[in-house]
Amino acid sequence: MKFLKLAVVGAVMLAANTVAQAGPTFDNVKKKGFVQCGTNTGLAGFSAPDSKGVWAGLDIDLCRAVAAVMFGDASKVKFTPLTAQQRFTALQSGEIDVLTRNTTQTMTRDTSLGLLGAGVNFYDSQGLMVRKDLNIKSAKELNGATICVQPGTTTELNLADWFRANKLTFKPVVIEKVDEVVRAYDSGRCDAYTTDKSGLASSRTTLKNPANNIILPEDLSKEPLGPQVRQGDEQWLNVVRWTLYAMLEAEEYGITQKNVEEMLKSTNPNIQRILGVTPGMGKNLGVSEKWAHDIIKQVGNYGESFERNIGPKTPLKLERGLNAQWTNGGLMYAWPIR
Amino acid sequence: MTKPKDSLAVPPPRRRLSWNDPGTRSILYQILALLAVGGAAWFLIHNTLSNLSARNISTGFDFLSKEAGFAIGESLIEYSPANTYGRAITVGLLNTLRVALIGIVLATILGTLIGIARLSSNWLIRKISSIYVEVMRNVPLLLQLFFWYAILSETLPGPRQALHPLPGVFVSNRGIQMPAVHGEGLLWLAIGVLVAILLMIVMAKWARKNQEKTGQIFPMIRWSLVLLLVVPTGLWLFSGTSMTVDVPELKGFNFAGGMNLSPEFAALLIGLVIYTAAFIAEVVRSGIQAVNRGQWEAAEALGLKRGQILRLIVLPQALRVIIPPMTSQYLNITKNSSLAVAIGYPDIVSVINTTLNQTGQAIEGIMMIMAAYLTVSLSISVFMNWYNKRIALVER
Repeated sequence: MKFLKLAVVGAVMLAANTVAQAGPTFDNVKKKGFVQCGTNTGLAGFSAPDSKGVWAGLDIDLCRAVAAVMFGDASKVKFTPLTAQQRFTALQSGEIDVLTRNTTQTMTRDTSLGLLGAGVNFYDSQGLMVRKDLNIKSAKELNGATICVQPGTTTELNLADWFRANKLTFKPVVIEKVDEVVRAYDSGRCDAYTTDKSGLASSRTTLKNPANNIILPEDLSKEPLGPQVRQGDEQWLNVVRWTLYAMLEAEEYGITQKNVEEMLKSTNPNIQRILGVTPGMGKNLGVSEKWAHDIIKQVGNYGESFERNIGPKTPLKLERGLNAQWTNGGLMYAWPIR
Repeated sequence: MTKPKDSLAVPPPRRRLSWNDPGTRSILYQILALLAVGGAAWFLIHNTLSNLSARNISTGFDFLSKEAGFAIGESLIEYSPANTYGRAITVGLLNTLRVALIGIVLATILGTLIGIARLSSNWLIRKISSIYVEVMRNVPLLLQLFFWYAILSETLPGPRQALHPLPGVFVSNRGIQMPAVHGEGLLWLAIGVLVAILLMIVMAKWARKNQEKTGQIFPMIRWSLVLLLVVPTGLWLFSGTSMTVDVPELKGFNFAGGMNLSPEFAALLIGLVIYTAAFIAEVVRSGIQAVNRGQWEAAEALGLKRGQILRLIVLPQALRVIIPPMTSQYLNITKNSSLAVAIGYPDIVSVINTTLNQTGQAIEGIMMIMAAYLTVSLSISVFMNWYNKRIALVER
């Protein structure tokens, strides 16, 4: 009799619990006091620990910017390194709040995984890296080659599709961890390595002889990389999306880490709205009016983040290219903050 | 024949439909417990399904008939990225079975030899096998797999500088290429081998009877080899079908034609076999030492050599002690093969991991992995238990 009573009470409690857990991520993050971000296990320039163990990269900066918006302090973050196979389950299950892990936004991910893409922080395309001494100038010469790729990625699917479309064949070597798969390519196990061209540039810096490797010109696919959040919490989606747009708007209007304090005195109505001098935007988002000011002050605008992590002065040597502002011929076109 | 009247038997008690009757009470408790467990299970499933649909995560097994879109490095059956997820998972399962079954056979052979070597009268052999067992048992398997994979992929040359030990055989960091045989003649050869094995069994029975009658030992090994060579070849020649040999040659990036043994498969197999053989060696050694010392002395008194004693008298009795722990080791090989995902061998865990990542259906994927391993492990267990019962000595 006692057992039956306990079972009924337990079932009722579990039922009550279900309703509470389906609540918004925004409230949960506010209560926790930090943002839990899913990141890469080690992709230089995007999310990798440096020699002192401090995480740095384009995606890390975005995560810190979200924390600056929520708490006014960009250091209130915790990182969960995830492989490509673990990343979506971690986000779906609630283990992380936002996935900032150079993830391609696709229709399947939006519709059948229960996730939503929250903007693009890097426009990329998939490419192939080969050794110079193979004397190959085009990916179409790779018929029958062995190609290293990570599993559970759009990279894997695009590779198969592209080779099928061009009536070529290849043999995949599928290894989960990014450092292991790069090592397999470097040791000669594969003829080529494929991932987003930004990832290729990043991994090339870790090879034994970086100058001996070239990235072939073909674009195998479009790869709009950006943060992902769970469905069901529009307020959290807005926070992540408008954090990214704030960083882009700041660059467009010339607000930098150095001049953000002076810009507070600006008479430009756009800048006044962004920096919270004209109140209203922060309140609509559910955060303080200094939200964008805190991002720029503590993390910098998009251009500064790009230069610092993957720009021409870094070992990755990436040009802005598609990632330049729309005013400079690129694709970065933030929605207006008004 | 009627049953004898037994005055000690107690008549079954009369049940009353009342709370005070212990029998009725126990049945009632059983029903309540069953309802509680069933209710909890239904609640868990219902909760999971409603949470999944609330988060717009798709459920169900329809993804099995959707196009997979990803390539698989090696497979025993035809597979291309245009095939379905279901076919991809089948490929993964076959890859797991391939490495598990070959691993079990090789590990048993190697483990038995090392187990016997640990009891050798030669000091050097005894010490070497002891060191082998102690080292291999105590290094984690994952590290051993990484070690073998690194050796195979980094020390072997690229395909353009491949080693060429035998005609038609190339060794490079893409694996070992061997000539492959195709054609109808292969089927006749296979039938011939089966027929030869049957004849060998018949011959063995006849040789045993002959030995009991006349005391003469029949040279089984010589005649078995003759049978194995003559019967398949004869059958093939008689059938008149043809076979072609496919010799690998370097075309562009890789070798085309012939059979390929990839470094992933080789590293996984070598790592699993060497690791598990150390455990099996200890199991075999304990089995041999469990046999009564008196058996050895009696056999020596009869004038048998050490090898004959082991083969004819000690090992058959040691099998009783060896089989149950051996079953555990076989199950370990099967489950440890899931570490293949770390070195790039496309076993079932690796393929289903990719699938659940592309489709987002983690729960169905993990359930399938569990079901696959459960089925394989239970089959191995059932077979070993049947074998155990068959060879068990019935104590009087």
